[in-house]
Amino acid sequence: MNMHKTAGGGFKDAPVEAARSFRILMNAMARPGSISQLDAIEPPDPLSPAAGTALLTLADPTTPVFLAGAADTETARNWVAFHIGAPIIEPSDLRSFAGRGRPPGEVFAVGAWADLRGHLEALPIGRPDYPDRSATLIADLPTIANSGAKLSGPGIRAIEALSLPETEVFQENNARFPLGFDVFFTSGSLVAALPRSTRVEAA
Amino acid sequence: MNAQAYNFAYLDEQTKRMIRRAILKGLAIPGYQVPFASREMPMPYGWGTGGVQVTAACLVPEDKLKVIDQGADDTTNAVSIRKFFEKTAGVEVTEATGEASLIQTRHRIPEQDLSKDQILVYQVPIPEPLRFLEPRETETRKMHELEEYGLMHVKLYEDISRHGEISTSYAYPVKVEGRYIMDPSPIPKFDNPKLSDSSAIQLFGAGREQRIYALPPYTDVQSLDFEDYPFEVSKAPHDCDLCGAKDTYLDEVITDDAGSRMYVCSDTDFCSTRRQNGHVGRLGTPVSSEVA
Repeated sequence: MNMHKTAGGGFKDAPVEAARSFRILMNAMARPGSISQLDAIEPPDPLSPAAGTALLTLADPTTPVFLAGAADTETARNWVAFHIGAPIIEPSDLRSFAGRGRPPGEVFAVGAWADLRGHLEALPIGRPDYPDRSATLIADLPTIANSGAKLSGPGIRAIEALSLPETEVFQENNARFPLGFDVFFTSGSLVAALPRSTRVEAA
Repeated sequence: MNAQAYNFAYLDEQTKRMIRRAILKGLAIPGYQVPFASREMPMPYGWGTGGVQVTAACLVPEDKLKVIDQGADDTTNAVSIRKFFEKTAGVEVTEATGEASLIQTRHRIPEQDLSKDQILVYQVPIPEPLRFLEPRETETRKMHELEEYGLMHVKLYEDISRHGEISTSYAYPVKVEGRYIMDPSPIPKFDNPKLSDSSAIQLFGAGREQRIYALPPYTDVQSLDFEDYPFEVSKAPHDCDLCGAKDTYLDEVITDDAGSRMYVCSDTDFCSTRRQNGHVGRLGTPVSSEVA
């Protein structure tokens, strides 16, 4: 087994690769449904290059990371600990970030969409006075394509199509705007975003 | 000093990540002001420290940077910020609006339509549009939370009752996607229509006030008004005296102590491009006849 692949890598030239990766993520978030290539690093399995690059670009010791289901492996935890230094949160911890009192910071939830699905109720969606203190999901899908559910809203000229795994949950997420979570969908080296501001219609 | 002594684009990586997360949340909640831990920059507050931090977090080595101050590429603020990023990020700079991939601006939107490959970064002094009506942050935050914007309409109404029209001529408040009221930074209200449905990503940074907010492309941005007093753009009722443009925002320049004045495009790149193309205004001379 190739040890390097197992352990997962980081940026070779962090300032520049992180900058390029962020520009891709920013363009994705600003234009919901647009699909771009994002694979600056090789994260450990089962994280996809796009999911790993997104996490390494955005997360750091101030942002707790939740590894959902199959993504929660020892290698993945070690990779997060070594390259990102973010605290790992357990499913049972999620409630405390969503609760009142201590203002929660941003949380990154990473994993296959199917694994994240069961935790949506526990992820922070911000507070009415601080809607930004909310979760960002990095959700792996088997494939991403510009087909299926119809998207409209800020960042979309007319209508964009994106192969969402389901629609109702994103309609609910949009209905409580400005509260809500924001999603980066990843698949292999591809990334597309679905912020809470996007209106979703089933195909 | 050797530019190698700096990290790429000056800021350290953790600071950039913090700013980048704020930008993404800002894009996800258009018009909402995201708090961020603004850093001290090697320039005083009021010189665009917010815009500089947003620019630093967005720049990639392939960028071509343009910086304008009130539309001009050649004023102190614009020149020093451009030099700052030439030195700390090693990016190419340009004065041509069409060539730039990232434009940092103080108080203007370029006349030329922006494309989908461009990013416009605004320097913002006071990001809170309600601040001069309600000084307490706790209260303005609650007003945004509850969409309680009556006070802003009272202010515009008082303008009308006193002056017969809405006299706010710059930093004219807008409503974003029917939800948040937003300060578009002190751009003239002439520029307000360009905020809406733009192809470019628009980012706003307020350094002293520690706020970042954003407009994704194709976002609906409406200037506040009343049915019987609709929003109107305004500009000096003249043509540009150098290039003859009829539809640009103009600066008034006093030319002597006898009351003579001329009006010139505030967007210097737009004006010089027109002059290069042979347009001549009332006091202008053809570019070809000028001594270099």
